[in-house]
Amino acid sequence: MSVLDEAPTSQSPLEPDQTKDTSPQRKPIKVRDFKPSDVLLLAVTAIAAYSIVWIIFDQLTLFSGEFGFVVTWIVVFLAMYWFVNLQIYGRHMAVDRLLGGIVTIGALCMILPLVLLIVYIFSKGLPLLSLNRFTQTQAGVGPLSPISAGGFLHAIVGTLEQVALAALMGIPIAVLTAIFLNEIGGRISSSVRIVVTAMSGTPAILAGVFIYSIWVLTVHDYSGFAASLALAILLLPTVTRGTEEVLRIVHNDLREASAALGAPDWRTVWSVVLPTARSGLVTSILLGVAVSIGETAPLIMTVFGAQVMNTNPFHNPQAALPLVVYQEIKLPQKSAVALGYTASLVLFILVFTIFVLARILGSTWLQNTLRGRGKGKGARLDGDVEEELFSVALAPAMSFGSGEADVDLGYHYRPDQEDPT
Amino acid sequence: MMTTSDVTTDARKVASSSAGNLGEQPITAGELNATGVCAWFSGRLVLEDVDLFMERHAVTALIGPSGCGKSTFLRILNRMHETINGAQLAGTVELNGEDIYSPNQRATWVRRHIGMVFQRPNPFPAMSIEQNVLAGLRFNRIKTSSKADLVEEALTKAGLWTEVKDRLSNMGGALSGGQQQRLCIARALAVRPSVLLMDEPCSALDPASTLRIEETIADIKEEVTVVIVTHNMQQANRVSDNCAFFLSENGKPGHIVEVGSTVKMFSAPNDPRTLDYVNGRFG
Amino acid sequence: MTITETEEHQPAEGGAAGPTPIKITVRRSRTDVVYRRIAWTAAASTFIILVLIGVFLYIRARPAFEYMGYWGFLKTQVWNVSGVHPSFGVGSALLGTIILAIISLIVAVPVSIACALFINEYAPRKILGFFPAKGLLTSMVDLMAAIPSVIYGLWGFFVLQNSMKGLSRWLSDYFGFIPGFKVNTPVYTSSLLIAGTLVGIMIMPIITALCREVFSLTPLGEREGAVALGASRARVIRDVVFPFSKGGMIGAIMLGLGRALGEAIAVSIIISLTFGPPNHLLQPGGNSIPALIADRFGSGGKLGAAGLLAAGLVLFFITLIVNLIAANIVRRQEKKRA
Repeated sequence: MSVLDEAPTSQSPLEPDQTKDTSPQRKPIKVRDFKPSDVLLLAVTAIAAYSIVWIIFDQLTLFSGEFGFVVTWIVVFLAMYWFVNLQIYGRHMAVDRLLGGIVTIGALCMILPLVLLIVYIFSKGLPLLSLNRFTQTQAGVGPLSPISAGGFLHAIVGTLEQVALAALMGIPIAVLTAIFLNEIGGRISSSVRIVVTAMSGTPAILAGVFIYSIWVLTVHDYSGFAASLALAILLLPTVTRGTEEVLRIVHNDLREASAALGAPDWRTVWSVVLPTARSGLVTSILLGVAVSIGETAPLIMTVFGAQVMNTNPFHNPQAALPLVVYQEIKLPQKSAVALGYTASLVLFILVFTIFVLARILGSTWLQNTLRGRGKGKGARLDGDVEEELFSVALAPAMSFGSGEADVDLGYHYRPDQEDPT
Repeated sequence: MMTTSDVTTDARKVASSSAGNLGEQPITAGELNATGVCAWFSGRLVLEDVDLFMERHAVTALIGPSGCGKSTFLRILNRMHETINGAQLAGTVELNGEDIYSPNQRATWVRRHIGMVFQRPNPFPAMSIEQNVLAGLRFNRIKTSSKADLVEEALTKAGLWTEVKDRLSNMGGALSGGQQQRLCIARALAVRPSVLLMDEPCSALDPASTLRIEETIADIKEEVTVVIVTHNMQQANRVSDNCAFFLSENGKPGHIVEVGSTVKMFSAPNDPRTLDYVNGRFG
Repeated sequence: MTITETEEHQPAEGGAAGPTPIKITVRRSRTDVVYRRIAWTAAASTFIILVLIGVFLYIRARPAFEYMGYWGFLKTQVWNVSGVHPSFGVGSALLGTIILAIISLIVAVPVSIACALFINEYAPRKILGFFPAKGLLTSMVDLMAAIPSVIYGLWGFFVLQNSMKGLSRWLSDYFGFIPGFKVNTPVYTSSLLIAGTLVGIMIMPIITALCREVFSLTPLGEREGAVALGASRARVIRDVVFPFSKGGMIGAIMLGLGRALGEAIAVSIIISLTFGPPNHLLQPGGNSIPALIADRFGSGGKLGAAGLLAAGLVLFFITLIVNLIAANIVRRQEKKRA
């Protein structure tokens, strides 16, 4: 924290003024592990491998399909790459290069399905997207209807109602639980943590099964509300753990300062901790919502799906956007499949938008921008928080950020931080 | 309506109460008397039998090598010590004759009347400068007739007013280190405490800011008793009226070796260890 | 004024001789008490919810267990819930679930770890001179995890299936001697292999994200020590990163496994549900508990419903155990970091 603030110059008069560099030759050296010649080597090896495989495939026709072609190409390429590097650089370096190649291919294999998927969704869904999708329901659409007939207005309404109710029920409990775990603590803390972990690993379909057995069978009615209950169960552990994570990261100094001013516990949490953690909280909540919107499995046995509009979430089956996709794309009618494509495109855009929103709102960049000239000191949050938040939210059970909280009168001293003598 | 100070003690007559208008109450520096104070962390005794009288309208400095319990003792004075998991204490601490650890006493009340400034500046990042200064009043539900006047008064006392008067609505974190610390001082002063505890307030700051804060201490000591922990002997010499020299030898619990006026402590102390310390021979 | 909650705090310890600590009485304001009670209630309610779920599920599922017996329910491979002599069980669904999980792990683990290594160790600072590689890649991985499973299912059904037909045919032609790889009819869609691959793709981002996080927590001191001795990146990975991250990687993989075990939608879109021992991986057919529940939901009357709930209970136990073990491993890794 030792910032030179109002001092006019930051240099001692004995040091030469290094702020002006007058010599034109001063250019930083670029230290590169992968020289341009290596890039060439890589390219040449890749092309050579491709040619060889092409020959094998074309002439010998031992394998088939583009999938097999690519796989063979990769294998041959890696073998050649290893051999070439072995000759030039020796074993130690060759291993490194080979691993680099494998790892890069692995990353590409990871990104490839994503790209293909997005391209596919857009290419199939966009042409079939029309205004009536957003204004009509499936009422009156039958097997003989044209492709462009019908819409999913009822599904959009349904999803919005279900997710809203789920958020209303789940988020307050989740945030309060996180506050309890991190700020208050108590004998039930460890049990609650275990419960939250257990819940966060629960498959989505089981949430639907649970609510089916508790609620639907008891009241003999499918409803949007039942779906909300199931979604709340899925929402709860995600938001709880994300919130707990953010609260943990709020610097303890602030709680101390608040206590030293005479603030009671709840005041400290309400006026200091929560506002400081605000952007992280918003991110956590948005992520929970984003995942809820896309969940299909729990909807099957709670809200059941419908063809017509039902604006009452407490009574009778409703439609939902992911459910539309699930139910329509396996039907034989082209119009049904078309509806499925467009619904999935809309669903994707929705989830993507919320996802991006969560990322932007949570980023320290935005925090600093909104706070004016705060040079990062304003936020008191670690820069990597957003990454942890995302992995906490999206990974079912756990990330490496959570830990046990020391319990005392609502404040948290971690003895490893500083020796308070 | 529930107020935080609902215990009738004599101390309340001296310090301003949370009911009633802040601006009209006179501010009176308080006196602290610690007797037989001991402190444990998880069963380990770190402070043994500390007696110290901190007189009003004066600055008392707690000096000594690091790790001998000065900050622990300071935190006992405003009941912050008990917030640490595994921390225990013994002894009595009296503010103007009233035991602050009495079962009838609320810790929040004590902390409001005995303020604290910490080693690392910790303004609330989610609040503006103005809101930071007024935070203590909000937390204790203290009313005041003019917020703007109070903000100006507190910031002026802390030596920050001229620098921030045009940007009171900027965020509290967007200041330099020295400015942040002065903001924390203003924040602590805004609730008109009887005593202000300062835990090495300048150790993370540059010399220019340190000087400003020392000026502030000199300005406020008539209104607010100051107890300051410092590693910097020159600072103790400049700033304080009385000194208490803490020492812990060979892992034994910390204790006070000698107490006296600063002048005496730095020129002709009774104990040879004090002489060694103030002459820089160890620590 | 009413004296509000008084909390006894830090009871006095007596030493044999010497000072003894005092008891500190904590007095809270009413608002504080209310706040603590509300937060406690919220936390306790999560507990109650879980208990409620378990209890209700068991009550409703009991008729199935009573009819088939516990072991019988686990063993039976058919699903006849109506008729004169109903006989049903999760036998084939359980086996199918396990096979799917294995296939998905085989697909996901190498790619995920490779990708995590790439992001953390090998990624260049900027791609094409502008885009921050690490952040972009991490965002894409997170996006993958957020994509709804029904969209994966759609893509898998129309695209992945067609691409994998060739591979399936190749496998059955040249490796048909391996049990499970033979096909009776030359149809290669709707198979366990394809479903397993799709689920594998779906769990890749989870494993990658967690592995990446573990890798990034490798202590810098250890890394620098190895580099200073002249180790290449691969060496550092092998000798520093992997030993440190072992626990975390296993935890990540188990979490991915937990997710794979519970995947219902994608599997039910791809697979055409069959019963009986799953000895054909490459041809249409297969089963898994989540797919069974999703598919057979609504049919079978009371006994059928009870049977599906019972299947849900079985799945619940399996995923619970996997996740608790994973959480335990992760916690140990976390302790190592601290």
